[in-house]
Amino acid sequence: MGIKIKSMKYEDFKDNETLELLNKSGGNVLVSTIDNIINWGRSNSIWPLTFATSCCGIEMMATGAPRHDFARFGVEVYRASPRQADVIVVAGTIVHKMAPVLKRLYDQMPDPKYVIAMGACAISGGPFYYNSYSVVRGVDQVIPVDVYVPGCPPRPEALLYGIIQLQRKIKGEHYQTPGNRNSEPSDQQTL
Amino acid sequence: MDNIMLKQHLESLIPDATFPENKQILEILVSPDKLHGFCRELKSASALAFDYLISVTAVDWNDHLMMVYHLTSSRFHHLIVIKTRLESNDPEVSTVSDIWKTAEYHEREVFDLFGIRFLNHPDLRRLFLEDEYGFPLRKNFSDESRMIVR
Repeated sequence: MGIKIKSMKYEDFKDNETLELLNKSGGNVLVSTIDNIINWGRSNSIWPLTFATSCCGIEMMATGAPRHDFARFGVEVYRASPRQADVIVVAGTIVHKMAPVLKRLYDQMPDPKYVIAMGACAISGGPFYYNSYSVVRGVDQVIPVDVYVPGCPPRPEALLYGIIQLQRKIKGEHYQTPGNRNSEPSDQQTL
Repeated sequence: MDNIMLKQHLESLIPDATFPENKQILEILVSPDKLHGFCRELKSASALAFDYLISVTAVDWNDHLMMVYHLTSSRFHHLIVIKTRLESNDPEVSTVSDIWKTAEYHEREVFDLFGIRFLNHPDLRRLFLEDEYGFPLRKNFSDESRMIVR
């Protein structure tokens, strides 16, 4: 049962075994075939929300631009509406004033939805961790995060790597409980 | 007009102002009560025509607060900095928003972050923060629930 991403060496991921634990369908031939087809579609068309709060956003735009071009991986186009987006790349500092807005955007996205925390600010508050009255120390205090991409800001390659990790994560999902990070794998056999 | 001519011109406008030396931009230190009249003349004098207020901000020097105004002229392109010294407890200065409309929001921001009150300001409310919140850019500000001080 291999979770493989096109044009990325599988050996590169061998040191990271935790993602394999997310494989939820559990061996039933029919279920895993349906999962494979649906996950193939979902993981290759994760459209991000147009959302950038600081300099990481520039790097995210560079990732979308022709040199790096994450449309190669099916992250086809930025959607300006959360109703049409599958992933929210939190690219930048989230302040306390912004947090409820981010939460609302996340709530407005249709399931399955994913979150990538891009850069030091979105992961932990980064350079604003100390002596700041306004910055949220990590976007995971507001919304659940799937993939953390460290850097200040991360290179486009790093964001691409994070997107590919997210694709691997999606490929291990059960189609009835997509993006459900909180329930136990044994609870998900409901077919 | 270069800085030397500008300085002579300004000295004739306001005799008791001081001009700190060795600054990149010509700097004028005026007392808070003279500020408003001085600013009005800067804009109306045809040889100066300071019609563009670039920025309004403040600096907390612990023992006092300093208001900083950057001014330029869209006709002559000369640039000056006006500073005025305020007391830390109960800082008050006259607004310049009746002279340059842009100061209205700038002064609201300074009020929001430093707690400097602008007299005769048309709408002096907090810009970003809650009414009961402190003034975060003051040196003595602390917020134990939101800050990790190091």
